[in-house]
Amino acid sequence: MSVNQNIGSLSGRSKIVSNKKMTFAERIYLPAIFGGFRITLGHFFKKNTTIQYPEETRPIAEIYRGKHVLKRDDEGRERCTACGLCALACPAEAITMIAAERKEDEMTLYREEKYASMYEIDMLRCIFCGLCEEACPKEAIFLTNEIVPSNLERSDFIYGKDVLVEPVDKRVDISQRQTPEVLAFKKDKNQSHNS
Amino acid sequence: MDGNYILYKLILASVILLISLVVAMYSTLLERKVAGFFQDRLGPNRAGIGGIFQPLADGLKLFFKEEFMPGTADKFLYILGPSLTMMIALLTSAVIPWGNSFIINGTEYTLQVADINVGVLYVFAILSIGVYGIMIGGWASNNKYALIGAVRAASQMISYELAMSMSIIAIVMMSGTLSLKDIVDQQHGMNWNVWYQPLGFLIFIVCAFAECNRSPFDLPECETELIGGYHTEYSSMKLGFYLFAEYINMFISSAMIATLFFGGYNFPFMDSLNLSHNALTIIGSLVFFVKIAFFVFFFMWVRWTLPRFRYDQLMRLGWKSLLPLAIINILITGFVIMIKNHL
Ligand code: SF4
Ligand code: SF4
Repeated sequence: MSVNQNIGSLSGRSKIVSNKKMTFAERIYLPAIFGGFRITLGHFFKKNTTIQYPEETRPIAEIYRGKHVLKRDDEGRERCTACGLCALACPAEAITMIAAERKEDEMTLYREEKYASMYEIDMLRCIFCGLCEEACPKEAIFLTNEIVPSNLERSDFIYGKDVLVEPVDKRVDISQRQTPEVLAFKKDKNQSHNS
Repeated sequence: MDGNYILYKLILASVILLISLVVAMYSTLLERKVAGFFQDRLGPNRAGIGGIFQPLADGLKLFFKEEFMPGTADKFLYILGPSLTMMIALLTSAVIPWGNSFIINGTEYTLQVADINVGVLYVFAILSIGVYGIMIGGWASNNKYALIGAVRAASQMISYELAMSMSIIAIVMMSGTLSLKDIVDQQHGMNWNVWYQPLGFLIFIVCAFAECNRSPFDLPECETELIGGYHTEYSSMKLGFYLFAEYINMFISSAMIATLFFGGYNFPFMDSLNLSHNALTIIGSLVFFVKIAFFVFFFMWVRWTLPRFRYDQLMRLGWKSLLPLAIINILITGFVIMIKNHL
Protein backbone atom coordinates (compact mmCIF):
# COMPACT_ATOMS: atom_id res chain seq x y z
CA MET A 1 0.00 0.00 0.00
CA SER A 2 1.43 3.32 -0.94
CA VAL A 3 1.83 6.20 1.45
CA ASN A 4 -0.62 8.30 -0.50
CA GLN A 5 -3.55 6.12 0.27
CA ASN A 6 -2.95 6.52 3.98
CA ILE A 7 -2.81 10.28 4.17
CA GLY A 8 -5.09 11.07 1.23
CA SER A 9 -4.29 13.65 -1.39
CA LEU A 10 -2.52 16.81 -0.30
CA SER A 11 -4.19 19.02 -2.86
CA GLY A 12 -7.60 17.53 -2.18
CA ARG A 13 -8.15 17.34 -5.92
CA SER A 14 -7.44 13.68 -6.50
CA LYS A 15 -10.30 11.64 -7.94
CA ILE A 16 -10.95 7.97 -7.65
CA VAL A 17 -11.30 6.57 -11.15
CA SER A 18 -13.84 3.89 -11.76
CA ASN A 19 -13.59 1.23 -14.38
CA LYS A 20 -17.20 0.19 -14.29
CA LYS A 21 -18.82 -1.48 -17.23
CA MET A 22 -20.38 0.93 -19.69
CA THR A 23 -24.14 1.06 -19.84
CA PHE A 24 -25.98 0.40 -23.06
CA ALA A 25 -26.49 4.10 -23.69
CA GLU A 26 -22.78 4.65 -23.31
CA ARG A 27 -21.89 1.72 -25.51
CA ILE A 28 -23.87 2.88 -28.52
CA TYR A 29 -22.07 6.26 -28.27
CA LEU A 30 -25.04 8.15 -29.73
CA PRO A 31 -26.23 10.04 -26.63
CA ALA A 32 -22.69 11.16 -25.91
CA ILE A 33 -22.22 12.15 -29.56
CA PHE A 34 -25.36 14.27 -29.53
CA GLY A 35 -24.22 15.81 -26.26
CA GLY A 36 -21.00 16.75 -28.01
CA PHE A 37 -22.90 18.23 -30.93
CA ARG A 38 -24.86 20.40 -28.55
CA ILE A 39 -21.73 21.72 -26.90
CA THR A 40 -19.96 22.54 -30.16
CA LEU A 41 -23.05 24.15 -31.63
CA GLY A 42 -23.32 26.27 -28.51
CA HIS A 43 -19.80 27.50 -29.16
CA PHE A 44 -20.64 28.08 -32.81
CA PHE A 45 -23.11 30.77 -31.86
CA LYS A 46 -21.14 32.16 -28.96
CA LYS A 47 -19.45 35.51 -29.27
CA ASN A 48 -15.91 34.87 -30.40
CA THR A 49 -12.95 36.10 -28.44
CA THR A 50 -10.79 37.17 -31.35
CA ILE A 51 -9.06 40.53 -31.08
CA GLN A 52 -8.45 41.85 -34.59
CA TYR A 53 -4.86 42.95 -34.18
CA PRO A 54 -3.59 45.41 -35.43
CA GLU A 55 -6.93 47.22 -35.90
CA GLU A 56 -7.89 46.32 -32.36
CA THR A 57 -5.49 45.97 -29.49
CA ARG A 58 -5.81 44.43 -26.11
CA PRO A 59 -5.68 47.10 -23.40
CA ILE A 60 -2.31 47.02 -21.70
CA ALA A 61 -1.27 48.20 -18.25
CA GLU A 62 0.18 51.68 -17.85
CA ILE A 63 3.38 50.22 -16.50
CA TYR A 64 3.61 47.64 -19.26
CA ARG A 65 7.16 46.51 -19.91
CA GLY A 66 7.80 46.82 -23.63
CA LYS A 67 10.47 48.28 -25.87
CA HIS A 68 13.25 50.16 -24.06
CA VAL A 69 14.04 53.84 -24.31
CA LEU A 70 17.33 55.56 -23.49
CA LYS A 71 16.34 58.83 -21.86
CA ARG A 72 17.80 62.29 -22.29
CA ASP A 73 17.87 64.81 -19.48
CA ASP A 74 16.01 68.12 -19.46
CA GLU A 75 18.68 69.78 -21.58
CA GLY A 76 18.52 67.04 -24.14
CA ARG A 77 21.75 65.30 -23.18
CA GLU A 78 21.96 61.51 -23.12
CA ARG A 79 21.85 60.28 -19.56
CA CYS A 80 23.61 56.95 -20.03
CA THR A 81 27.15 56.86 -18.75
CA ALA A 82 28.01 53.43 -20.06
CA CYS A 83 28.60 52.03 -16.61
CA GLY A 84 27.44 48.63 -17.76
CA LEU A 85 25.31 47.96 -14.71
CA CYS A 86 22.29 47.25 -16.84
CA ALA A 87 24.24 44.72 -18.87
CA LEU A 88 25.41 43.13 -15.65
CA ALA A 89 21.91 43.02 -14.22
CA CYS A 90 20.37 41.63 -17.35
CA PRO A 91 19.54 37.95 -16.80
CA ALA A 92 19.22 37.37 -20.51
CA GLU A 93 22.55 38.90 -21.50
CA ALA A 94 20.72 41.06 -23.97
CA ILE A 95 22.61 44.32 -23.53
CA THR A 96 26.00 45.22 -24.88
CA MET A 97 27.76 48.57 -25.18
CA ILE A 98 31.03 50.33 -25.94
CA ALA A 99 32.08 53.26 -23.75
CA ALA A 100 33.75 56.40 -25.03
CA GLU A 101 35.11 59.60 -23.49
CA ARG A 102 33.20 62.81 -23.99
CA LYS A 103 35.10 65.48 -25.96
CA GLU A 104 35.15 69.21 -25.19
CA ASP A 105 32.67 70.03 -27.92
CA GLU A 106 30.26 67.27 -26.93
CA MET A 107 29.13 68.87 -23.67
CA THR A 108 25.65 69.42 -25.03
CA LEU A 109 25.29 65.83 -26.22
CA TYR A 110 26.18 63.75 -23.18
CA ARG A 111 25.54 64.45 -19.56
CA GLU A 112 28.46 62.48 -18.11
CA GLU A 113 32.12 62.42 -19.03
CA LYS A 114 31.82 58.90 -20.20
CA TYR A 115 29.09 57.85 -22.57
CA ALA A 116 28.02 54.89 -24.65
CA SER A 117 29.22 55.25 -28.22
CA MET A 118 27.44 52.00 -29.04
CA TYR A 119 24.55 50.56 -27.12
CA GLU A 120 22.61 47.53 -28.30
CA ILE A 121 19.78 45.46 -26.94
CA ASP A 122 18.91 42.16 -28.58
CA MET A 123 15.14 42.13 -28.42
CA LEU A 124 15.06 38.40 -29.12
CA ARG A 125 17.09 37.72 -26.00
CA CYS A 126 15.36 40.28 -23.82
CA ILE A 127 12.69 38.88 -21.53
CA PHE A 128 11.36 42.34 -20.63
CA CYS A 129 11.96 41.81 -16.94
CA GLY A 130 12.88 45.43 -16.28
CA LEU A 131 16.00 44.63 -14.27
CA CYS A 132 18.09 46.92 -16.45
CA GLU A 133 15.83 49.78 -15.54
CA GLU A 134 16.14 48.89 -11.87
CA ALA A 135 19.91 48.68 -12.06
CA CYS A 136 20.51 51.96 -13.83
CA PRO A 137 21.94 54.61 -11.44
CA LYS A 138 21.48 57.39 -13.97
CA GLU A 139 17.77 56.97 -14.72
CA ALA A 140 18.84 56.41 -18.27
CA ILE A 141 17.05 53.28 -19.39
CA PHE A 142 13.35 52.64 -19.13
CA LEU A 143 10.89 50.20 -20.54
CA THR A 144 7.93 51.74 -22.38
CA ASN A 145 4.50 50.47 -23.26
CA GLU A 146 5.48 50.22 -26.89
CA ILE A 147 5.47 46.71 -28.36
CA VAL A 148 8.50 45.39 -30.19
CA PRO A 149 7.19 44.73 -33.70
CA SER A 150 7.82 41.55 -35.62
CA ASN A 151 10.60 41.36 -38.16
CA LEU A 152 11.84 39.04 -40.87
CA GLU A 153 15.55 39.03 -39.97
CA ARG A 154 17.11 38.13 -36.67
CA SER A 155 19.62 40.90 -37.07
CA ASP A 156 16.81 43.45 -37.27
CA PHE A 157 15.91 42.66 -33.70
CA ILE A 158 19.16 44.08 -32.40
CA TYR A 159 18.22 47.64 -31.55
CA GLY A 160 20.99 50.20 -31.51
CA LYS A 161 21.13 53.75 -30.22
CA ASP A 162 19.34 55.02 -33.31
CA VAL A 163 16.17 53.27 -32.15
CA LEU A 164 16.64 53.31 -28.41
CA VAL A 165 17.62 56.91 -27.64
CA GLU A 166 14.60 59.14 -27.45
CA PRO A 167 14.45 61.95 -30.00
CA VAL A 168 14.94 65.42 -28.53
CA ASP A 169 11.74 66.72 -30.04
CA LYS A 170 9.69 63.61 -29.24
CA ARG A 171 10.17 62.87 -25.56
CA VAL A 172 8.90 59.53 -24.26
CA ASP A 173 6.79 59.78 -21.15
CA ILE A 174 7.95 57.28 -18.55
CA SER A 175 6.40 58.98 -15.54
CA GLN A 176 4.07 56.03 -15.05
CA ARG A 177 7.03 53.77 -14.44
CA GLN A 178 8.68 56.34 -12.16
CA THR A 179 6.17 56.22 -9.36
CA PRO A 180 7.24 57.76 -6.01
CA GLU A 181 7.81 54.25 -4.68
CA VAL A 182 10.19 53.47 -7.48
CA LEU A 183 12.04 56.73 -7.01
CA ALA A 184 12.32 56.14 -3.27
CA PHE A 185 13.61 52.68 -3.93
CA LYS A 186 16.18 54.05 -6.33
CA LYS A 187 17.46 56.57 -3.81
CA ASP A 188 17.71 53.94 -1.06
CA LYS A 189 21.42 53.66 -0.40
CA ASN A 190 20.92 50.35 1.39
CA GLN A 191 20.17 48.69 -1.89
CA SER A 192 23.28 47.18 -3.35
CA HIS A 193 23.01 48.86 -6.74
CA ASN A 194 22.74 52.33 -5.26
CA SER A 195 25.63 52.16 -2.83
CA MET B 1 -27.65 10.26 -80.21
CA ASP B 2 -27.40 13.43 -82.23
CA GLY B 3 -24.65 16.02 -81.96
CA ASN B 4 -26.86 18.26 -79.85
CA TYR B 5 -27.22 15.59 -77.23
CA ILE B 6 -23.52 14.91 -77.02
CA LEU B 7 -22.77 18.62 -76.81
CA TYR B 8 -25.31 19.01 -74.02
CA LYS B 9 -23.80 16.14 -72.04
CA LEU B 10 -20.31 17.56 -72.53
CA ILE B 11 -21.37 20.94 -71.23
CA LEU B 12 -23.21 19.37 -68.33
CA ALA B 13 -20.23 17.22 -67.40
CA SER B 14 -17.90 20.23 -67.50
CA VAL B 15 -20.28 22.32 -65.43
CA ILE B 16 -20.61 19.60 -62.82
CA LEU B 17 -16.86 19.12 -62.78
CA LEU B 18 -16.41 22.83 -62.29
CA ILE B 19 -19.03 23.01 -59.58
CA SER B 20 -17.46 20.08 -57.74
CA LEU B 21 -14.07 21.74 -57.86
CA VAL B 22 -15.32 25.14 -56.78
CA VAL B 23 -17.41 23.65 -54.01
CA ALA B 24 -14.44 21.61 -52.82
CA MET B 25 -12.28 24.70 -52.97
CA TYR B 26 -14.66 26.69 -50.87
CA SER B 27 -15.20 23.76 -48.52
CA THR B 28 -11.63 24.26 -47.42
CA LEU B 29 -12.47 27.82 -46.50
CA LEU B 30 -15.72 26.72 -44.90
CA GLU B 31 -13.88 24.08 -42.93
CA ARG B 32 -11.49 26.63 -41.52
CA LYS B 33 -14.26 29.10 -40.83
CA VAL B 34 -16.44 26.49 -39.17
CA ALA B 35 -13.50 25.26 -37.13
CA GLY B 36 -12.87 28.81 -36.08
CA PHE B 37 -16.42 29.41 -34.99
CA PHE B 38 -16.56 26.13 -33.11
CA GLN B 39 -13.51 27.26 -31.19
CA ASP B 40 -14.77 30.79 -30.51
CA ARG B 41 -12.48 32.23 -33.16
CA LEU B 42 -13.16 33.92 -36.49
CA GLY B 43 -11.17 31.80 -38.88
CA PRO B 44 -9.32 33.27 -41.87
CA ASN B 45 -10.68 36.71 -42.71
CA ARG B 46 -7.80 38.67 -44.18
CA ALA B 47 -7.74 37.59 -47.83
CA GLY B 48 -10.64 39.54 -49.28
CA ILE B 49 -13.91 40.25 -47.50
CA GLY B 50 -14.40 37.57 -44.88
CA GLY B 51 -11.49 35.59 -46.31
CA ILE B 52 -13.23 34.95 -49.62
CA PHE B 53 -9.92 34.66 -51.51
CA GLN B 54 -8.31 32.38 -48.96
CA PRO B 55 -8.71 29.21 -51.07
CA LEU B 56 -6.99 30.96 -53.98
CA ALA B 57 -4.16 32.02 -51.71
CA ASP B 58 -3.87 28.49 -50.37
CA GLY B 59 -3.80 27.05 -53.86
CA LEU B 60 -1.20 29.56 -54.97
CA LYS B 61 0.91 28.72 -51.95
CA LEU B 62 0.74 25.01 -52.75
CA PHE B 63 1.84 25.69 -56.31
CA PHE B 64 4.88 27.61 -55.18
CA LYS B 65 5.96 25.09 -52.58
CA GLU B 66 9.02 23.02 -53.29
CA GLU B 67 8.33 19.82 -55.20
CA PHE B 68 9.91 17.16 -53.11
CA MET B 69 10.16 13.53 -54.06
CA PRO B 70 11.91 10.99 -51.84
CA GLY B 71 14.96 9.53 -53.56
CA THR B 72 13.80 5.98 -53.02
CA ALA B 73 10.26 6.58 -54.18
CA ASP B 74 8.81 4.86 -57.21
CA LYS B 75 8.49 7.85 -59.51
CA PHE B 76 5.61 6.65 -61.63
CA LEU B 77 3.47 5.37 -58.77
CA TYR B 78 4.34 8.39 -56.67
CA ILE B 79 2.76 10.68 -59.23
CA LEU B 80 -0.02 8.26 -60.05
CA GLY B 81 -1.23 8.17 -56.43
CA PRO B 82 -2.62 11.68 -56.05
CA SER B 83 -3.82 11.84 -59.65
CA LEU B 84 -5.80 8.65 -59.22
CA THR B 85 -7.31 9.84 -55.95
CA MET B 86 -8.42 13.05 -57.58
CA MET B 87 -9.82 11.35 -60.66
CA ILE B 88 -11.77 8.74 -58.75
CA ALA B 89 -13.12 11.37 -56.40
CA LEU B 90 -14.59 13.19 -59.38
CA LEU B 91 -15.94 10.10 -61.15
CA THR B 92 -18.93 9.54 -58.88
CA SER B 93 -20.46 12.88 -59.77
CA ALA B 94 -21.46 11.45 -63.16
CA VAL B 95 -24.38 9.39 -61.91
CA ILE B 96 -25.76 11.74 -59.30
CA PRO B 97 -28.99 13.39 -60.44
CA TRP B 98 -28.27 17.06 -59.75
CA GLY B 99 -31.74 18.07 -60.67
CA ASN B 100 -34.80 16.90 -62.52
CA SER B 101 -34.87 17.99 -66.15
CA PHE B 102 -35.38 21.00 -68.37
CA ILE B 103 -37.88 20.82 -71.19
CA ILE B 104 -36.79 23.17 -73.94
CA ASN B 105 -38.67 23.08 -77.26
CA GLY B 106 -40.12 19.72 -76.45
CA THR B 107 -36.77 18.07 -75.84
CA GLU B 108 -36.01 16.87 -72.32
CA TYR B 109 -32.61 17.64 -70.89
CA THR B 110 -31.94 15.75 -67.66
CA LEU B 111 -29.54 17.21 -65.14
CA GLN B 112 -27.65 13.98 -64.78
CA VAL B 113 -24.64 13.10 -66.85
CA ALA B 114 -25.41 9.41 -67.09
CA ASP B 115 -28.63 7.83 -65.93
CA ILE B 116 -27.24 4.31 -65.95
CA ASN B 117 -29.63 1.68 -64.71
CA VAL B 118 -26.98 0.31 -62.33
CA GLY B 119 -26.10 3.69 -60.81
CA VAL B 120 -25.86 2.30 -57.30
CA LEU B 121 -23.49 -0.44 -58.40
CA TYR B 122 -21.40 2.13 -60.25
CA VAL B 123 -21.07 4.13 -57.06
CA PHE B 124 -19.96 1.03 -55.17
CA ALA B 125 -17.43 0.23 -57.84
CA ILE B 126 -15.94 3.71 -57.76
CA LEU B 127 -15.91 3.73 -53.99
CA SER B 128 -13.94 0.53 -53.82
CA ILE B 129 -11.26 1.73 -56.22
CA GLY B 130 -11.09 5.01 -54.32
CA VAL B 131 -8.62 3.49 -51.91
CA TYR B 132 -6.16 2.67 -54.68
CA GLY B 133 -4.91 6.23 -54.90
CA ILE B 134 -4.12 6.21 -51.20
CA MET B 135 -2.61 2.72 -51.34
CA ILE B 136 -0.40 3.53 -54.30
CA GLY B 137 0.71 6.84 -52.84
CA GLY B 138 1.50 5.31 -49.47
CA TRP B 139 3.37 2.42 -51.04
CA ALA B 140 5.32 4.52 -53.54
CA SER B 141 6.54 6.94 -50.85
CA ASN B 142 8.75 4.20 -49.41
CA ASN B 143 8.13 5.49 -45.94
CA LYS B 144 6.97 3.42 -43.00
CA TYR B 145 4.40 5.95 -41.83
CA ALA B 146 2.99 6.32 -45.30
CA LEU B 147 2.80 2.56 -45.61
CA ILE B 148 1.03 2.14 -42.28
CA GLY B 149 -1.38 4.86 -43.31
CA ALA B 150 -2.03 3.15 -46.63
CA VAL B 151 -2.58 -0.24 -45.01
CA ARG B 152 -4.91 1.30 -42.51
CA ALA B 153 -6.82 3.02 -45.29
CA ALA B 154 -7.18 -0.24 -47.19
CA SER B 155 -8.50 -2.24 -44.28
CA GLN B 156 -10.76 0.59 -43.16
CA MET B 157 -12.26 0.94 -46.61
CA ILE B 158 -12.91 -2.75 -46.96
CA SER B 159 -14.46 -2.99 -43.52
CA TYR B 160 -16.80 -0.09 -43.94
CA GLU B 161 -17.69 -0.71 -47.54
CA LEU B 162 -19.48 -3.88 -46.54
CA ALA B 163 -21.74 -2.20 -44.04
CA MET B 164 -22.27 0.72 -46.39
CA SER B 165 -23.29 -1.46 -49.31
CA MET B 166 -25.60 -3.46 -47.10
CA SER B 167 -27.31 -0.32 -45.88
CA ILE B 168 -27.97 0.72 -49.46
CA ILE B 169 -29.23 -2.74 -50.35
CA ALA B 170 -32.16 -2.11 -48.03
CA ILE B 171 -32.92 1.04 -50.06
CA VAL B 172 -32.62 -0.86 -53.30
CA MET B 173 -34.98 -3.52 -51.99
CA MET B 174 -37.50 -0.85 -51.08
CA SER B 175 -37.38 1.03 -54.32
CA GLY B 176 -36.76 -1.95 -56.55
CA THR B 177 -34.34 -0.13 -58.81
CA LEU B 178 -30.61 0.48 -59.07
CA SER B 179 -30.94 3.74 -60.97
CA LEU B 180 -30.26 6.75 -58.76
CA LYS B 181 -32.72 8.89 -60.67
CA ASP B 182 -35.53 6.41 -60.11
CA ILE B 183 -34.63 6.24 -56.43
CA VAL B 184 -34.87 10.01 -56.21
CA ASP B 185 -38.12 10.17 -58.17
CA GLN B 186 -39.69 7.72 -55.75
CA GLN B 187 -39.00 10.09 -52.89
CA HIS B 188 -41.38 12.68 -54.27
CA GLY B 189 -42.28 15.54 -51.95
CA MET B 190 -41.59 14.60 -48.37
CA ASN B 191 -41.63 10.87 -49.05
CA TRP B 192 -37.96 10.56 -48.16
CA ASN B 193 -36.20 7.29 -47.57
CA VAL B 194 -34.83 8.43 -44.26
CA TRP B 195 -38.29 8.08 -42.70
CA TYR B 196 -38.38 4.41 -43.72
CA GLN B 197 -34.72 3.59 -43.21
CA PRO B 198 -33.47 5.53 -40.18
CA LEU B 199 -31.16 2.69 -39.18
CA GLY B 200 -29.88 2.37 -42.73
CA PHE B 201 -29.25 6.11 -42.78
CA LEU B 202 -27.29 5.94 -39.55
CA ILE B 203 -25.14 3.10 -40.84
CA PHE B 204 -24.65 4.83 -44.17
CA ILE B 205 -23.56 8.12 -42.70
CA VAL B 206 -21.12 6.51 -40.28
CA CYS B 207 -19.65 4.51 -43.15
CA ALA B 208 -19.53 7.63 -45.31
CA PHE B 209 -17.34 9.27 -42.69
CA ALA B 210 -15.06 6.26 -42.68
CA GLU B 211 -14.91 6.09 -46.47
CA CYS B 212 -14.00 9.76 -46.70
CA ASN B 213 -11.26 9.31 -44.11
CA ARG B 214 -12.87 12.06 -42.16
CA SER B 215 -12.62 12.47 -38.45
CA PRO B 216 -13.46 10.55 -36.25
CA PHE B 217 -12.23 7.89 -38.66
CA ASP B 218 -9.25 9.73 -40.12
CA LEU B 219 -6.84 7.02 -39.05
CA PRO B 220 -5.00 6.68 -42.38
CA GLU B 221 -3.73 10.22 -42.01
CA CYS B 222 -3.86 10.84 -38.28
CA GLU B 223 -1.08 13.30 -37.74
CA THR B 224 -0.56 12.51 -34.06
CA GLU B 225 0.41 8.91 -34.78
CA LEU B 226 1.52 8.85 -38.39
CA ILE B 227 2.67 12.39 -39.18
CA GLY B 228 0.10 12.63 -41.94
CA GLY B 229 -0.09 8.94 -42.87
CA TYR B 230 -0.16 8.17 -46.56
CA HIS B 231 0.70 11.72 -47.61
CA THR B 232 3.67 12.10 -45.25
CA GLU B 233 6.11 12.30 -48.14
CA TYR B 234 3.99 14.48 -50.37
CA SER B 235 4.46 18.17 -50.85
CA SER B 236 3.37 20.97 -53.13
CA MET B 237 0.41 20.40 -55.42
CA LYS B 238 0.54 16.62 -55.07
CA LEU B 239 -0.25 17.03 -51.42
CA GLY B 240 -2.82 19.58 -52.50
CA PHE B 241 -4.48 16.93 -54.68
CA TYR B 242 -4.79 14.54 -51.77
CA LEU B 243 -6.22 17.18 -49.49
CA PHE B 244 -8.46 18.48 -52.21
CA ALA B 245 -9.74 15.01 -53.06
CA GLU B 246 -10.85 14.68 -49.47
CA TYR B 247 -13.09 17.69 -49.88
CA ILE B 248 -14.46 16.48 -53.18
CA ASN B 249 -15.20 13.15 -51.54
CA MET B 250 -16.99 14.97 -48.80
CA PHE B 251 -19.05 16.88 -51.31
CA ILE B 252 -19.93 13.77 -53.29
CA SER B 253 -20.72 11.82 -50.13
CA SER B 254 -23.04 14.57 -49.00
CA ALA B 255 -24.68 14.47 -52.41
CA MET B 256 -25.09 10.71 -52.11
CA ILE B 257 -26.61 11.00 -48.64
CA ALA B 258 -29.02 13.64 -49.90
CA THR B 259 -29.86 11.54 -52.96
CA LEU B 260 -30.39 8.24 -51.22
CA PHE B 261 -32.03 9.32 -48.00
CA PHE B 262 -33.19 12.90 -48.25
CA GLY B 263 -35.03 12.94 -51.53
CA GLY B 264 -32.37 14.53 -53.72
CA TYR B 265 -33.96 17.43 -55.54
CA ASN B 266 -37.40 16.76 -54.08
CA PHE B 267 -38.80 19.18 -51.57
CA PRO B 268 -42.04 19.39 -49.61
CA PHE B 269 -45.10 21.04 -51.20
CA MET B 270 -43.51 20.91 -54.62
CA ASP B 271 -46.87 20.02 -56.22
CA SER B 272 -48.88 22.76 -54.59
CA LEU B 273 -46.63 25.56 -55.87
CA ASN B 274 -48.19 25.55 -59.32
CA LEU B 275 -44.90 26.23 -61.04
CA SER B 276 -43.80 25.16 -64.44
CA HIS B 277 -41.65 22.09 -64.82
CA ASN B 278 -38.51 24.10 -65.55
CA ALA B 279 -38.95 26.41 -62.56
CA LEU B 280 -39.49 23.42 -60.32
CA THR B 281 -36.27 21.92 -61.62
CA ILE B 282 -34.32 25.05 -60.78
CA ILE B 283 -35.75 25.24 -57.27
CA GLY B 284 -35.20 21.50 -56.86
CA SER B 285 -31.55 21.79 -57.77
CA LEU B 286 -31.11 24.65 -55.34
CA VAL B 287 -32.81 22.64 -52.62
CA PHE B 288 -30.50 19.75 -53.45
CA PHE B 289 -27.50 22.00 -52.98
CA VAL B 290 -28.85 23.28 -49.68
CA LYS B 291 -29.14 19.69 -48.53
CA ILE B 292 -25.61 18.97 -49.67
CA ALA B 293 -24.35 22.10 -47.93
CA PHE B 294 -25.99 20.97 -44.73
CA PHE B 295 -24.27 17.61 -44.86
CA VAL B 296 -20.93 19.17 -45.70
CA PHE B 297 -21.43 21.30 -42.64
CA PHE B 298 -22.37 18.19 -40.71
CA PHE B 299 -19.14 16.52 -41.77
CA MET B 300 -17.23 19.48 -40.33
CA TRP B 301 -19.39 19.64 -37.25
CA VAL B 302 -18.53 16.03 -36.49
CA ARG B 303 -14.86 16.64 -37.13
CA TRP B 304 -14.66 19.41 -34.57
CA THR B 305 -16.75 17.53 -32.04
CA LEU B 306 -15.57 13.96 -31.87
CA PRO B 307 -12.11 12.68 -31.03
CA ARG B 308 -10.49 10.08 -33.25
CA PHE B 309 -11.26 6.41 -32.74
CA ARG B 310 -8.56 3.98 -31.80
CA TYR B 311 -7.82 1.52 -34.57
CA ASP B 312 -9.19 -1.53 -32.78
CA GLN B 313 -12.31 0.43 -31.87
CA LEU B 314 -12.72 1.34 -35.51
CA MET B 315 -12.51 -2.27 -36.60
CA ARG B 316 -14.81 -3.41 -33.83
CA LEU B 317 -17.37 -0.79 -34.75
CA GLY B 318 -17.23 -1.77 -38.40
CA TRP B 319 -17.34 -5.53 -38.14
CA LYS B 320 -19.10 -6.19 -34.88
CA SER B 321 -21.66 -3.39 -34.79
CA LEU B 322 -22.37 -1.83 -38.16
CA LEU B 323 -22.23 -4.98 -40.27
CA PRO B 324 -24.64 -7.00 -38.08
CA LEU B 325 -26.88 -3.94 -37.82
CA ALA B 326 -26.91 -3.59 -41.59
CA ILE B 327 -27.83 -7.26 -41.99
CA ILE B 328 -30.61 -6.93 -39.45
CA ASN B 329 -31.80 -3.86 -41.33
CA ILE B 330 -31.97 -5.88 -44.54
CA LEU B 331 -33.89 -8.63 -42.80
CA ILE B 332 -36.40 -6.20 -41.33
CA THR B 333 -36.83 -4.45 -44.66
CA GLY B 334 -37.35 -7.78 -46.41
CA PHE B 335 -39.84 -8.84 -43.80
CA VAL B 336 -41.86 -5.65 -44.10
CA ILE B 337 -41.87 -5.88 -47.88
CA MET B 338 -43.06 -9.45 -47.68
CA ILE B 339 -45.91 -8.57 -45.34
CA LYS B 340 -46.90 -5.63 -47.55
CA ASN B 341 -47.01 -7.85 -50.61
CA HIS B 342 -49.26 -10.34 -48.89
CA LEU B 343 -51.75 -7.81 -47.63
S1 SF4 C 1 14.40 44.09 -19.60
FE1 SF4 C 1 15.54 42.48 -18.54
S2 SF4 C 1 16.12 41.09 -20.17
FE2 SF4 C 1 15.54 42.98 -21.17
S3 SF4 C 1 17.41 44.10 -21.41
FE3 SF4 C 1 16.52 44.77 -19.48
S4 SF4 C 1 17.43 43.44 -17.94
FE4 SF4 C 1 17.82 42.49 -19.93
S1 SF4 D 1 21.71 52.52 -19.18
FE1 SF4 D 1 22.15 53.04 -17.08
S2 SF4 D 1 22.99 51.14 -16.24
FE2 SF4 D 1 23.07 50.93 -18.42
S3 SF4 D 1 25.08 51.63 -18.97
FE3 SF4 D 1 23.76 53.39 -19.16
S4 SF4 D 1 23.89 54.38 -17.21
FE4 SF4 D 1 24.73 52.35 -16.91
